[in-house]
Amino acid sequence: MTATNSRVRPWLFHGGMSILAALWVVPLALVVVTSLRTFDDLADAGLASVPKGLTFDPYQQALESGEWHSIVNSLLITVPVVIVTLLLASMAAYGLARHRIPFRKTLLLLMLAGNLLPAQLLLIPVLKLTEQFGIFDSRIGMIVVLTAVGLGFYVFVLHGFMRGIPEEVTHAAKIDGATTFGVYLRIVLPLTKPAMAALGSLAFTWTFNDLLWSITLLRDEQKLPVTPAILGMQGEFVSSWNVIAAATVIAAIPTVIVFLRFQRYFISGLLIGSSK
Amino acid sequence: MAAVPKAVSRGGPGALSVGVRRGSRETLVLLAFVLIPFGLEMFWTFWPALNSVYISLTQWDGIAPPVFVGLDNYARMWSDETFRTALRNTVIWLVLFGGLSVLGGLGLALLLDKPRKGIGVYRAIFFLPVVFSMVVTALVWRMIFQPDGVVNGLLAAVGLEDQARIWLGEPETALYALIVPALWRQVGYIMVLFLAGLKTVDPLLHEAAKVDGATAFERFRHVTLPQLRPITTVVLAVTVIDALRSFDIVWALTKGGPYHSSELLSTYQFSTGLLGSQLGYGSALAVVIFLLTVGTIVVYLVRSLRDEESA
Repeated sequence: MTATNSRVRPWLFHGGMSILAALWVVPLALVVVTSLRTFDDLADAGLASVPKGLTFDPYQQALESGEWHSIVNSLLITVPVVIVTLLLASMAAYGLARHRIPFRKTLLLLMLAGNLLPAQLLLIPVLKLTEQFGIFDSRIGMIVVLTAVGLGFYVFVLHGFMRGIPEEVTHAAKIDGATTFGVYLRIVLPLTKPAMAALGSLAFTWTFNDLLWSITLLRDEQKLPVTPAILGMQGEFVSSWNVIAAATVIAAIPTVIVFLRFQRYFISGLLIGSSK
Repeated sequence: MAAVPKAVSRGGPGALSVGVRRGSRETLVLLAFVLIPFGLEMFWTFWPALNSVYISLTQWDGIAPPVFVGLDNYARMWSDETFRTALRNTVIWLVLFGGLSVLGGLGLALLLDKPRKGIGVYRAIFFLPVVFSMVVTALVWRMIFQPDGVVNGLLAAVGLEDQARIWLGEPETALYALIVPALWRQVGYIMVLFLAGLKTVDPLLHEAAKVDGATAFERFRHVTLPQLRPITTVVLAVTVIDALRSFDIVWALTKGGPYHSSELLSTYQFSTGLLGSQLGYGSALAVVIFLLTVGTIVVYLVRSLRDEESA
């Protein structure tokens, strides 16, 4: 194609790229291999050694020590957050994008600004607020807070997306007697599906990966999601690197599944996100 | 369509009552659509943020009522050595983590922009860590930095045993050892943003510049870079925000130690404000983080506006 392309030999490109790519792949491969080794093997030869044999025992140990329970905790928080976030954000975005509400631009920018405030500025007062409402150290508290502090970003992205829906479509439905709610449910929501899939997969990943809010708002270990829980496992399995590696792999699986399943949407979500 | 004030104005009986009643119900639905999410978010963001500013002016242990102390908490920072370490580390973090992730992401995007065989695989590999949590990333890299881990193993293999050290456990290396995994996860994200930006670069301009005899570097400098300006602004804003709120990777690996050597403002804020029950001082640290974020972005915007005017 271009002169640069023909001048730089393909083997040079692939040689250099493979070395770079190895820096990304080797750490992952190391964790997977470590998670399949026995404790004795690791204790004898160290982490940076060739394994003697492979076993699935570390996975069983990790799951039995409570990781299964914490994965369930993660899902019990993440799934409601994703659903409520998409619902509330699409409602607000529809109202702001399709109706001449006074100060709508200000409302939108305030919501985006609220989302950009650093979490550190919110932690202490939010902790006190959840105590006052009696939702400190509870799943419902986590769901409310994680939904509320994230909303602005999703409203902003969906607002942009909904403005792209032709005015005639919603107009025609209104003339046919559809209510505001009817237009939202039967016309706007179905047309917004691709954006919702993108934002849904982002929301899932971000909520599932949260550490800061969990360690701020939860005390009871029985309620801890998997992200903070695997940090605690380090203390429990101090030198059992195989179990910690297995726990790490397990904790990464849900987001990797969502990523693979929604890959196309996921990346487009990051891109619409970047246009803010 | 929905002229809101008109619908609200009258609800009384009359010839129009059916239409008005329907109209006012519609208005209520619409108001609920916008105000419930808006109110929810404001209540859990701006209201706490304002509270933080107030708490930062008090001395408070979280149990007894707070005592107003004016700007004492901010004055205390000057003489607090840990604060100065955390501030310096945060600036280092912003420059190194922010700078290298932007340069690395841009470099990868430029290398992987033109269609070539195998390019999709490389892109997927660099992007994959973006879906991992920082905690997963931390545990992956903890194994690499272990005393008997890969880094020291490699050093021994090339005869540099004496360079081996406990990377995360020594004050001289801890902060820099933390930047590596943070970069590992961030670069792929920045790459995707720049790849999207590169799609908007007009290939005809490249051809024209080449015909005029411009070298590859000149074409990058004068054709690609100016057209990447909008996405660059986005990337820098994202990077500054991400860098200054970085917390997870440090908390997961060193908790700011040893001896505060890898302390960032975010981890110091958490240690003092949430674990140390110094809510006033912790809030003041949070306000500093906020001001740093806003300040850095404003400085960048002002500079880039000035550049644009002089260009």
